[in-house]
This record gives sequence, structure tokens and C-alpha cells, in this order.
Amino acid sequence: MTGSAPLLLAYLASSLLFILGLKQMSHPRSAVRGIVIASMGMLVAIVATLLDPQVAGYTYIVVGLIVGSALGAYLALSVEMTSMPQMVGLLNALGGGASTLVAWADLELSQNQTVDTLIAVGLSGLIGTVTFWGSLVAYAKLEEFKKFKKPFSLPMQPVINGALLLLALVFIGMLATADAGTGQTTSYVLILVVASVLGLFLVLPIGGADMPVVVSLMNSYSGLAGAATGFVIDNNALIIAGSLVGASGVILTQIMCKAMNRSLVNVLFGKMAGGSSGG
Amino acid sequence: KTAILVGSLTVFLLAVFVGFEVITKVPPTLHTPLMSGSNAISGITVVGAILTAGHSLGGFGAILGMLAVVLAMVNVVGGFLVTHRMLKMFKKR
Repeated sequence: MTGSAPLLLAYLASSLLFILGLKQMSHPRSAVRGIVIASMGMLVAIVATLLDPQVAGYTYIVVGLIVGSALGAYLALSVEMTSMPQMVGLLNALGGGASTLVAWADLELSQNQTVDTLIAVGLSGLIGTVTFWGSLVAYAKLEEFKKFKKPFSLPMQPVINGALLLLALVFIGMLATADAGTGQTTSYVLILVVASVLGLFLVLPIGGADMPVVVSLMNSYSGLAGAATGFVIDNNALIIAGSLVGASGVILTQIMCKAMNRSLVNVLFGKMAGGSSGG
Repeated sequence: KTAILVGSLTVFLLAVFVGFEVITKVPPTLHTPLMSGSNAISGITVVGAILTAGHSLGGFGAILGMLAVVLAMVNVVGGFLVTHRMLKMFKKR
């Protein structure tokens, strides 16, 4: 991590606020306080970043902040209470997409990246894109769009998904060893293409009733994508917040499965009778 | 350089454990707000988005960064507001 001490301490404070907020959010009495604490953590992180001397121009940032905040506020305030789960799915898709874009932007902007940074760029793109498409499908299923109502899967779907994942990892390897410039960009775009197909294939076979569990799992992925982005830009706030969401998301998904009397493996591979070990 | 990577990995793994520990025995009524709240937190990637959008090189990379700021901010602002609305509902009941 690079940067002045106050900046790094601000990121530390922000991480602690996230942990405290999440902890309070998991109890009914303190839940409202928890969300306020967590949003304070986000505010601290954003303000600290804006004051970072690395930032050279504010035009793009201000445009992005205003457009994004306005759109986010509009969506959140206009959505019906009954449509909350799909709204979470949609927002989650955007979070994953953001991680994909940050990693790509970093690839274009930073020269002489080390192999481990390039691997983090690749992982960020892979997980972010899977989250993006997977969450969008979850959103479409919860909104009950007709085309997405029926579970769709190819024969041997887990095997195909496994092969796609392997292919994506090969492309990450290509990215890590490619020459700076077009070679890297091409590898990165290939990762995004494979990850898009994989994201669709992962969620399309799952029925609408299991979607809340899927959204929770995708939420966990978007956290991991954020953590991977943290490795790319070498920032502890992203690594901590991302892995916090990633890990708590996995636990939350498991708890939700238990509450619905389903096993996670059953949800993910429900269509494959007895083939639960595949994939 | 290796020290930085190992340092980051240390932070990552410790935070994973904190994440596991923080969520314990959540009542089912809090599943959706908690999911939504942690979703908003995952918008922390906005930090990376701001740094790339304001990069001195500008160009295509900075435009990608600006798009990332938009997406991440929708995630952050939308996520926290939606969660707040959900939790307000609980209080009334």
C-alpha cells in the first residue's frame, strides 16, 4: 500500500466501520445503527480517495459521482417494497461490473505491472463479470420476465461450466505473461467473454424460487471481485471490505439455504439428479 | 515487492475470518437487509474507480474509470438507501 499516513489511516478507519456496521446489522435491535455506521465507513473511504494526491483531474470523477448517486437514489426510492430482492440483484450486478471496469482501467493506465498484479486483474475481471451476468439473470428471474422463467440448461452443464472456468484461467495465464499493450487487452477481453458465458450458464438453470440464495451467493462473489480489485490497486480498504463481504456472504448463503431447507449443492446443481459432486 | 503481496494476502485472510465470525445466528427476517447491506459495502470498489477516473494519463483508461464510478456509486447509494428502507419497515411493525 502506498500513500501518506493520514490516507492509510482513513482507509483503516473505514474498514473498521464496515466490520462494526456489519456486526450490528446482524442483530435486529441494532440493525439500523449498523447500516448508518457502514455508510459512514463508505463516506470516509470516498472522501479519503478524493483527497489522494494521486488524483490528477476531477472532471470524470465528479461526473461519475453525480450520475451514479442520482441514479442509485432514484432506483432505491422508486422501487416497490415487494421488488426489493430483485433490486438487490440489479445493484449487485453493477458492483460486479464496476470491479471488472476498474481492473480494465488499471490495465490501460499502469505500465510495467508485475505478474501478481496481472493475475489479480484477471481474477477481478473473471469474478466481476460472472457476478454481473449471474446477478442480471437472477434479477430477470425475480422480475419474472417470461423468457427467463423456465430453467434452462445444456446437457452436462456442470462439465461445460468447469471447462469454461478452466479456459478463463488459461486466459488469465495468458494475460499474466503477455507483453504490455494490445496483448494484455486482448487477453483481458477474452477473459470477459468466457466469464460472461459462464455467469449466464451458472444461473440460467436455477429456478426462480431459489433466486434469493443465488443473489446472496452472487453478493459474496461481488465482494471477492472487490477484494481482487484491492490487490490490483494495492489498497487495504478494498481487500478488507471485499473479503468481509465475500466471507460473510458465503455464511449468509448457507444460513439461508438451511432456513429454506435446501442444501447449497442442491440449489446450484438441482437439475442434475445425483450429480451433485460434478462441476 | 513480495513483502507487499504477502502483506496483502495476510490482510485478506484475516478479513475472511472476521467475515466468517461477524455473521453468526442471523434471524431469517434479517437475511434480505443483511444481504443488501453487505452488497452496498461491496461497492467499496468505488475507491479504485475514483483513482482510475482521476488518473493523470487520462484517455480510454480514465473513461473506463468514470463508467466504473457510475456503476459503483449506483451500487453504494442504491444499496444503502434500499437497506435503510427495508430496516425502517421492521421498526414500524
